Amino acid sequence: MTKEELLDTVNAKLHEHFHGSIESAELLYDYPVFTVNKEKIHEVLKFLKEDADLNFHFLTDLTGMQTADEKHLGAIYHLHNMQKNYRIRVKSFFPMSNPEIPTATDLWPSANWMERETFDFYGIKFMGHPNLKRILNVDEMDIFPLRKEYPLEDQTRQDKSDKMFGR
Amino acid sequence: MSEQIIKRTKLEIAKSPEGLEGPGFFATKLEDVIGLARANSLWPLPFATSCCGIEFMATMASHYDLARFGMERLSFSPRQADLLMVMGTIAKKMGPTLRQVYEQMAEPRWVLSMGACASSGGIFDTYSVLQGIDRIIPVDVYIPGCPPRPEQVIEGILKIQELAKNESLRRRNSPEYQHLMTSYGME
Amino acid sequence: METKHKKNRIRGDFPHEGVGTTPPANTIEKEYSTLNLGPTHPATHGIFQNVLKMDGEIIHDAVSTIGYIHRAFEKIAERRPYAQITTLTDRMNYCSSPINNLGWHMTVEKLIKAEIPKRADYMRVIIMELSRISDHIICNTIIGQDTGATTGFLYLFQWREKIYDIFEDICGARLTTNIGRIGGFDRDFPAHTWDKIRNFLKEYPKALVEFSNLLERNKIFMDRTIKCGPISAERALEYSFTGPNLRAAGVDYDVRVMNPYSSYQDFDFIVPVGTAGDTYDRFMVRQEEMWQSLKIIDQALKNMPDGATHANIPDFFLPPKEEVYNNMEALIYHFKIVMGETDVPKGEVYHCVEGGNGELGFYLISDGGRTPFRLHFRRPCFIYYQAYPEMIKGGMLSDAILTMSSMNVIAGELDA
Repeated sequence: MTKEELLDTVNAKLHEHFHGSIESAELLYDYPVFTVNKEKIHEVLKFLKEDADLNFHFLTDLTGMQTADEKHLGAIYHLHNMQKNYRIRVKSFFPMSNPEIPTATDLWPSANWMERETFDFYGIKFMGHPNLKRILNVDEMDIFPLRKEYPLEDQTRQDKSDKMFGR
Repeated sequence: MSEQIIKRTKLEIAKSPEGLEGPGFFATKLEDVIGLARANSLWPLPFATSCCGIEFMATMASHYDLARFGMERLSFSPRQADLLMVMGTIAKKMGPTLRQVYEQMAEPRWVLSMGACASSGGIFDTYSVLQGIDRIIPVDVYIPGCPPRPEQVIEGILKIQELAKNESLRRRNSPEYQHLMTSYGME
Repeated sequence: METKHKKNRIRGDFPHEGVGTTPPANTIEKEYSTLNLGPTHPATHGIFQNVLKMDGEIIHDAVSTIGYIHRAFEKIAERRPYAQITTLTDRMNYCSSPINNLGWHMTVEKLIKAEIPKRADYMRVIIMELSRISDHIICNTIIGQDTGATTGFLYLFQWREKIYDIFEDICGARLTTNIGRIGGFDRDFPAHTWDKIRNFLKEYPKALVEFSNLLERNKIFMDRTIKCGPISAERALEYSFTGPNLRAAGVDYDVRVMNPYSSYQDFDFIVPVGTAGDTYDRFMVRQEEMWQSLKIIDQALKNMPDGATHANIPDFFLPPKEEVYNNMEALIYHFKIVMGETDVPKGEVYHCVEGGNGELGFYLISDGGRTPFRLHFRRPCFIYYQAYPEMIKGGMLSDAILTMSSMNVIAGELDA
């Protein structure tokens, strides 16, 4: 089916079961993108995985982001149905003051490290994760570096002058 | 009897160290002989972390054969290695490991920093990358490049060989060397 | 592939926990030893740590630690203009950097909705397949080396030098290529490069046949690699495996076929699939993929269309130098592109390509500025390496080493 039909089909099914939690559904550049309320995200993902027609059995990617106003964080899931080649994106946002969201590791084991990476970068706590600790950065780090408020460079270096490098 | 001997080979006999030669004996400085032996039989420890490691593999392979220079036997144990070749980005998480590996090496030891990342952090001016391994261990030769071509790696190795050949036997006990070590917080 | 050899018997029947045998009475209580397959290890190709709980030679459990080469690519990408991010993508899977570069260019082209001419597409296909061959050469020869067969490594690395030669003619660099531009290629390949590619196609099969004869039906190699580190198709899909590792487990998922990009739909090739998902299958899948890559390059050379080598997107593509010196408009475009002041449309896009290890995805969110707002790399190595502890459980230590090298874990892509 075309991308518009996929968007409509999935949207209809989601509204049937989770009316009120689907905040938006749009087609961005060939991906149907759904924004879901954080409370129901786990049920929505479970439904998308287990529904016989939709069957999004493959988790392509799980990542996080910070919104432009720097007040919300989001978790973004890319799902894939290989038999019929459907791909969608599901997003869910929550305030930075309380960055918690249920984990997806019970649905897809591959979400384990992807959620750890998102926690490492943004500080998003995935409730129910078996082993939520830092994966890429040093364990003692106490900031969440990919948030916009933190700088890219190592602040203790003396040999690179910011004036010369235009920062 | 005065026929000219035409040399048909292009071989050059390696220069022997300066010394006193006579029938059946050759006297020279111990330093020179040891330097010659050390330089031509270094046992490198390839500490390959990223892309420079692949260029090192290409240098060790048959096209740019590094074994010609005596580096046939790679040692992966620091206790048996002479030359620590740090190839690739060293992140702050890896720093303590690198330091531990360096401290396990026995004197005389040399360090070769291959690539821009190992020399100064390279293009990764970030919070997680160590901006140059000379922050934690003393380095003898730096090879710039991202990644350096195998010819540049060979030049770096040749420079290490020069250092090994001409090093004084007392250098590792000298006060300047001790000062260098204490400035890195070792011994 | 059951044999009566003693080695197999020890491997299969050794009574250990989890294989329903009760230990006889008067046994000494078993203690597990902990082995640190630490970040620096001769046999792990890259720096990642595994702490193994061993019962003698058998591995009971494993915990992986990664991040020893974390270079914060995603944070750097938020600070670099679009053309400069190509150099970052080089260094992810550095064994096949052109695939990363071209995948990134295609992502930006998707964002700006650029139409790429067919000739540029076919040239990209040739480059991507050459780099796929070079990635698989490394993986397969290192599998050979880990089983003790160093000859393959030395034979085939010579051919990687020929591929490097071709890349150097096109973009100037051997390994971290930064090849092409957003929009295609800045110029056609030189005539001698086309000859080099044709020569490679003619001569490389002979070397590949030699390497195949060394290992593919070699009894020692087969005994060593069959049933070593297996994973079933269902488990592989649950762990989001992609690429040769998934195809070895039995699922024929290839991004080039499922979501074709860069005119891959015009090419006719087979996607090789294994059955058991063990090391032998992974080796064989990569061998066959090399043959298929040669077939694709052959088709691309035969059917190479004429035309421009780059799209008509003056905002992103440097104009020719003669125009820059004579034409005011071209000068302004040149200045804006070089200084990275080109604005891109707002939007978000996810594009994936078939990298050497699987589906390499780029998730780009643009807010209209000169640098991305958020760029996330879907790195296949990072995702499938999670399954490693499960794959080596119950096997022996040397099998664990072989499993790791057959999964082609590249540290740059793991940590990014």
